[in-house]
Amino acid sequence: MVNWANFVSQLFNGLALGALLALISSGLTIIYGTLGVLNLAHGAMFMLGGYAGYVAFTYTGSFVIAVVAGSLFVALVGIVMERVIIRHFYGRPHEDQLLVTFGLSIVCVEVVRFAFGSQSQLVPPPPLFSGITPLGFMFYPTYRLAVVGIIAVALSALFVVLYRTRIGMIVRAGIEDSTMVDMLGINVYRVFMIVFGIGAMAAGFAGIVNAPVVSLTPGIGDDILVQTFVVVVIGGVGSFPGAVLGGLIAGEIISITSMFNPGYAYVMLFAAMALVLVLRPYGLLGTRGRE
Amino acid sequence: MIMQRRYAIEALTAAGLIAAPLVLPYLGFAPNTVNRILVWGLFGIGFDILFGYTGMLSFGQSAFYGTGGVVAAWLLTRAGFPNVFLALIIGMISAAVVGYLVGLIALRRTGIYFAMITVAIAEVFFFVEFNPLSDFTGGENGLPGVPTPSFNLGLTTLHFTTGWSLYQFLALCYFVGIVIALRIVRSPVGAILSAIRDNPLRAQAVGHNIHGYKLTAFVIAAAYAGFAGGLLGVLQAFMPPDAFTFETSGQLVMQTAIGGTGTLFGPLLGAAVWLFLQDFLQSALGLGAAWKLVLGTVFVLLVTFLRRGIIGGIRDLYVWATSRRNGHEATDAESLADFSDIPDSGGMPVTIAPHRRAGDRSSGPILQARGLTKRYGGLVANSDIDFTVNHGELRGVIGPNGAGKSTFFKMLTCEVTPTSGSILFEGRDITGMNVTDVCQLGLTKSYQVNQLFTHLTVRENLTVAVLADLRGRFKLDLFRNVASIPGLAAQVAQTMMLVRLTRRADTKVSDLAYGEKRRLEIGLALATSPSLLLLDEPLAGMSPQERVETVKLLKSLSQGRTMIIIDHDMDSLFELAERVTVLQEGRVLVEGTPDEIKANPAVQEAYLGGVIE
Repeated sequence: MVNWANFVSQLFNGLALGALLALISSGLTIIYGTLGVLNLAHGAMFMLGGYAGYVAFTYTGSFVIAVVAGSLFVALVGIVMERVIIRHFYGRPHEDQLLVTFGLSIVCVEVVRFAFGSQSQLVPPPPLFSGITPLGFMFYPTYRLAVVGIIAVALSALFVVLYRTRIGMIVRAGIEDSTMVDMLGINVYRVFMIVFGIGAMAAGFAGIVNAPVVSLTPGIGDDILVQTFVVVVIGGVGSFPGAVLGGLIAGEIISITSMFNPGYAYVMLFAAMALVLVLRPYGLLGTRGRE
Repeated sequence: MIMQRRYAIEALTAAGLIAAPLVLPYLGFAPNTVNRILVWGLFGIGFDILFGYTGMLSFGQSAFYGTGGVVAAWLLTRAGFPNVFLALIIGMISAAVVGYLVGLIALRRTGIYFAMITVAIAEVFFFVEFNPLSDFTGGENGLPGVPTPSFNLGLTTLHFTTGWSLYQFLALCYFVGIVIALRIVRSPVGAILSAIRDNPLRAQAVGHNIHGYKLTAFVIAAAYAGFAGGLLGVLQAFMPPDAFTFETSGQLVMQTAIGGTGTLFGPLLGAAVWLFLQDFLQSALGLGAAWKLVLGTVFVLLVTFLRRGIIGGIRDLYVWATSRRNGHEATDAESLADFSDIPDSGGMPVTIAPHRRAGDRSSGPILQARGLTKRYGGLVANSDIDFTVNHGELRGVIGPNGAGKSTFFKMLTCEVTPTSGSILFEGRDITGMNVTDVCQLGLTKSYQVNQLFTHLTVRENLTVAVLADLRGRFKLDLFRNVASIPGLAAQVAQTMMLVRLTRRADTKVSDLAYGEKRRLEIGLALATSPSLLLLDEPLAGMSPQERVETVKLLKSLSQGRTMIIIDHDMDSLFELAERVTVLQEGRVLVEGTPDEIKANPAVQEAYLGGVIE
């Protein structure tokens, strides 16, 4: 029952999902690394990106505008959230931070449910990438191939921002030791706000780019959030390369297992996570640091 | 406080449960709503022990709730099992076993990692239940036809069906659940769980196997979840598959946070608020599906402003109201006054006997370190240190900043593993052991930076330390009252007297003056009755007068005890110690009596900044 075309097609699916997870997880992991806050509303940011893009697409009919509007809107939501609520929680226990971001995620999801209802919404792929592409031995949806490319570009952009710019250097220094950054005279709270915005934007961007692949529902972020956690645990919290590696591993595990039996996809994913926890408790590319 | 009257909480709970069917209908609660509140409340008792008492926030309790529920429902509907109550118990045990296995993985990490791992594991259960095991669990159809309990008492048969009739059964279950939980919370294990929440590092350092206790709390929470899950099936006559969803875990967390953590009753209150508002918003206000938006918003506001939930808020209000009448802040002057309480001339009024173990000798070396070296990458913190301390000695260790004193101490107490070299304690090689086992052997230290259980009182702090001494590293006496352990109260009282904190026994650590905290820090180490006590800068940050008093205190402690003290205050150290070891740049520079050290030109050069001849 396993034929090669099917297998390769699943490999591609895994790559697309993995790239998506890598991008979302990068957002989660740089927020946690810098601010020390695990954002349980990160899945909701992914969902919001999809819906904001959907609205923009409905009004303009342009997929590019949808992507830009979706990402920027989520970045804005992230910044407002950080300014108004999250920053009051930096001095409080992790548990409180988890509670409040969990509450925020429910608020986001329910606002969308209130506005758009529970039925699913569709965003068609842009005409340039519609249809299927013959790959010689099989046919593959063009847009999914495009997703891999688009996300690779986004990840590269994030890489450039993190590793080649001044603000990126401050962020990476903040991941190492945010107190020290503060003492060096850098306004660390402004950095926190920017990081939260960028992290949320990564999830929002993924949300709208992924929208043509799946249909949008208010609860779409929940599953993604759980997968993102596994990615981060596998890759190592606070590590950008770890998020990318973990994302690709998780994407392939889910896809290839689904080929045999979709019901076991999560079991395999969990088994991989357990294995990493036993062999390398701090993740594949993580370092022993704050918990 | 009501806690002081024995069984008062139990009696009040029973009274409340009996009164509920008489009162609640007038407040607009339907019997079915009340029953659901009880199931959530019972589910939450275990979760509160895990989160409120031990400080571990799990977002994966649905896994155990679902497991217990499905096992019980399967037994009753598919396997033809006749006894409802027994099925519930089997469901509970299954959930506990699953909880143990999951705990082995999830507890490898703490904090946010733990939260993430529990979410992921619960999601696995959700998918497994829906797919590979759907023949067994009914998949998305659930398991319909779960019977209600009936008990054949010989003369008559008690049958609990629906509404207030089933309420009686659920209320009884809840009552038993609360009674058991109260016993656990008041047991030595309960005391240690609170200590783990406050400061896991210190709980470990005073000699408790915290991993074992965390796993215990996790299994207890899973067992409560499993039993409650079974009751859900009974209540609805149907085991719904959505018991396994992330939403279930989330609702439990939110209800507990709304009601208040660390009270056992918080989840019940939270569930009452939650379900009442749900009904109220949906039907009375006609909000329909938007009820959850309102509740979510309320929750965010509550977490932001009312940190400890409704019960916490009421308690804070009570404390605020009463402390305005008779409360006062501790001052340093007052803390010094404690010293005058006890005459400290003429030896010690009380002593804690250090450990006496087989092969104990009263003379000869108690600690021997050979060639102790620690490298951090290229940095050599300690290099080739030979160090011997004899029984009954009071040794001082000095050295300039960065000489490697703290690293040296950390290696001796096995917080840090040496790169090379060995440590013999009472003739036994302890190199590479962990800090808990070493403390159990009788070697512990007081920390340079206070490591206390901040939310507990002085008495509770010392109790935690003494428990490690009396009970060993791990013991599951879940149902024993702390107060009934022989020798515990006496040893706590003695330690309090030794460190002059008797008058502050029931004060929370966060309300102590700095000097008092420093003394409690020493007291925690002392309470484990060590045969060798290490003190890392006990005088740090003290005022001159406090130093004088603390030196006196240390002198009195050293009677019949072996101690090693690190400090910067050389005058005090020279006054205290019989022999002094000087460390410089990670090596032993010289060792000798205080007079020899003072006269040594190398020490003067290194430590005092050189002497002009």
